[in-house]
Amino acid sequence: MQPLSITAGTTVSALGAGREALRAALHGRRGGLRPGDFPGGPEGAWLGRVSGLEGVALPPDLAGFACRNNRLAEMALQTDGFADAVGAARDRHGAERVAVCLGTSTAGIEETERAYRRRSPDGALPADFDFERTHDLQSLPRYVRTRLGLRGPALAISTACTSGARSFLEAAVLIEAGLADAAVVGGVDTLCRMTLQGFASLELLSRGPCRPCAADRDGISIGEAAAFVLLERADAAPPGSVLLLGAGASSDGHHMSSPQPDGLGAVGAMRAALDAAGLRPGGVDYVNLHGTGTRANDAMEDRAVAHLFGDRGVPCSSVKGWTGHTLGASGALEALVAAICVEDGLVPGCLGVEEADPEFRSDVATANRAAPVRRVLSNSFGFGGSNCSLVIGRA
Amino acid sequence: MRCWIGGLAVLGPGLPGWKASEAVLAGEAPWAPADCVVPPPAMLPPTERRRTSLAVRLALAAAAEAAAGEDPAALETVFASSNGDGAVVGAILEALTDPAGAISPTQFHNSVHNAAAGYWGIGVGSTCPSISVGGHDDTVAAGLLQAAAAVSARGRRVLFCAYDAPLPPPLAAVRRTTVPFAAAMVLLPEPGASARAVLDLRFRPDTTPAVAAPADALGALEAENPAARALPLLRALATRRATALRLPLLGDSVLEIELAPC
Repeated sequence: MQPLSITAGTTVSALGAGREALRAALHGRRGGLRPGDFPGGPEGAWLGRVSGLEGVALPPDLAGFACRNNRLAEMALQTDGFADAVGAARDRHGAERVAVCLGTSTAGIEETERAYRRRSPDGALPADFDFERTHDLQSLPRYVRTRLGLRGPALAISTACTSGARSFLEAAVLIEAGLADAAVVGGVDTLCRMTLQGFASLELLSRGPCRPCAADRDGISIGEAAAFVLLERADAAPPGSVLLLGAGASSDGHHMSSPQPDGLGAVGAMRAALDAAGLRPGGVDYVNLHGTGTRANDAMEDRAVAHLFGDRGVPCSSVKGWTGHTLGASGALEALVAAICVEDGLVPGCLGVEEADPEFRSDVATANRAAPVRRVLSNSFGFGGSNCSLVIGRA
Repeated sequence: MRCWIGGLAVLGPGLPGWKASEAVLAGEAPWAPADCVVPPPAMLPPTERRRTSLAVRLALAAAAEAAAGEDPAALETVFASSNGDGAVVGAILEALTDPAGAISPTQFHNSVHNAAAGYWGIGVGSTCPSISVGGHDDTVAAGLLQAAAAVSARGRRVLFCAYDAPLPPPLAAVRRTTVPFAAAMVLLPEPGASARAVLDLRFRPDTTPAVAAPADALGALEAENPAARALPLLRALATRRATALRLPLLGDSVLEIELAPC
């Protein structure tokens, strides 16, 4: 694929608002996970919760979109000058030439959960509940598109935990097909009872902060995040810019919630991303793992990475120990992590992990390493056997 | 953007599959309401098959019919649904109102919007890329646009499937979906023996009012299920006449489709 320029980007997560907060947390090895205090969440689980979210107000003319997910989206649009950067792109290309491709697994369903608790005696949902602008998947791209004054195509992608990464690939498709010159991509997912109780029911929640790749890892910590990137054709990008070089996807065709154990689906997505970037595995300096901290995911991913890169072939790690697993936002958030790794020459070691699982064959970093990082391969995998990998870096 | 249409499928009230519905869609036979019978997906192992919901069965039945002339495992897929598996999501929302809040693990993994896509991959043994998208009333147009863009940008064969099943109360009262409906088609990057029509698609800002659905019984179905917004395209494909369509998108734009039979 033609490389795309990452003209602007922003994120809000448990690490705070903005890319500099993310950068400082990665370098300072300060995580954002805390003992869970989300109403209706399972006892004992740690969460990556965004503080101050409940107080965010949407513009009055868009008040009908108010829900936890769109509040977090709004918070991110106001961060890192992102809305202004998109405004400039809108002026450059025309509003109808800027697409919006965003991923979310649950959109504003937390608002629906509230509405269910406010049902009338006959079971009806409250009259003020706005299904179309909160619960519905297109709530997120519609909100962002309207808020930014864009008139291009908009897509609501929901492929579980690959949604955020997949938005980059689908935007590249739209730009390559000539439907847009630029795209706002990314993902937003927020804490809700459904997600928290769902992962609890699968017995996949860690008892403390998650510890991806540790021998005694015991599951996921759920987080919430918004992450947005503005992608444009790279023709005008200054030399040395960090670009989206490739994106690829695959399906497991194996099981709804367990990965194909040998990692064949993961290998397929990584290969497709490398092919799209015109790279061999040796062209990658760091692999940002999906690394959720579950027994099955991390073991599968280790096999997949070792299969493609060889034993101890490339430094790799997961940043979920910082942010938690932010589900449909994670792929977009970690694309921004990848950009920081390239800019700063950083391999962030898994947080809270003294030693990687001795069974693993890949080179798992457990402490930060300073090293030249030209290109990062970033993985996302999800329920339904969905896999997506991105290559971020310098050409 | 240009693509060719290969295999087709439809499933809805009085529309039991493409072959059996072609004359009705072409206006050569009257549409009569009849219950939509959706078979359990033969492609899944018995344990999985029994557990599939109506939404998943609809999607898989339509996808399988459209892909019948192809190697189904070689197709990329775009699954488009406004409500996803509303029955499963509704059951989880109901369970979450209980103070204990415990929900079923199987229901949870079936609640993801890409559940139907996941079962398709398992059923046909596909490792091809797949996306699942939403889009409220514009679900069909949004999904078709993305599927055609994938064909145009990457030259791949793409199976596009739009489906929605009725919602349980109380969600049913806030999102009208009164009947099951699914439509599917294989989009091809080049003409071939299986190509039935060629589509030229364009996304364009347009705030003029949407074209009203035909004032007949079949046209009335369009308001009963978001996936039934595919009917104008299905009817044009069945008549095999050159047709220009405008599908509304995002309240301020349209997907323009020029269709010509092959």
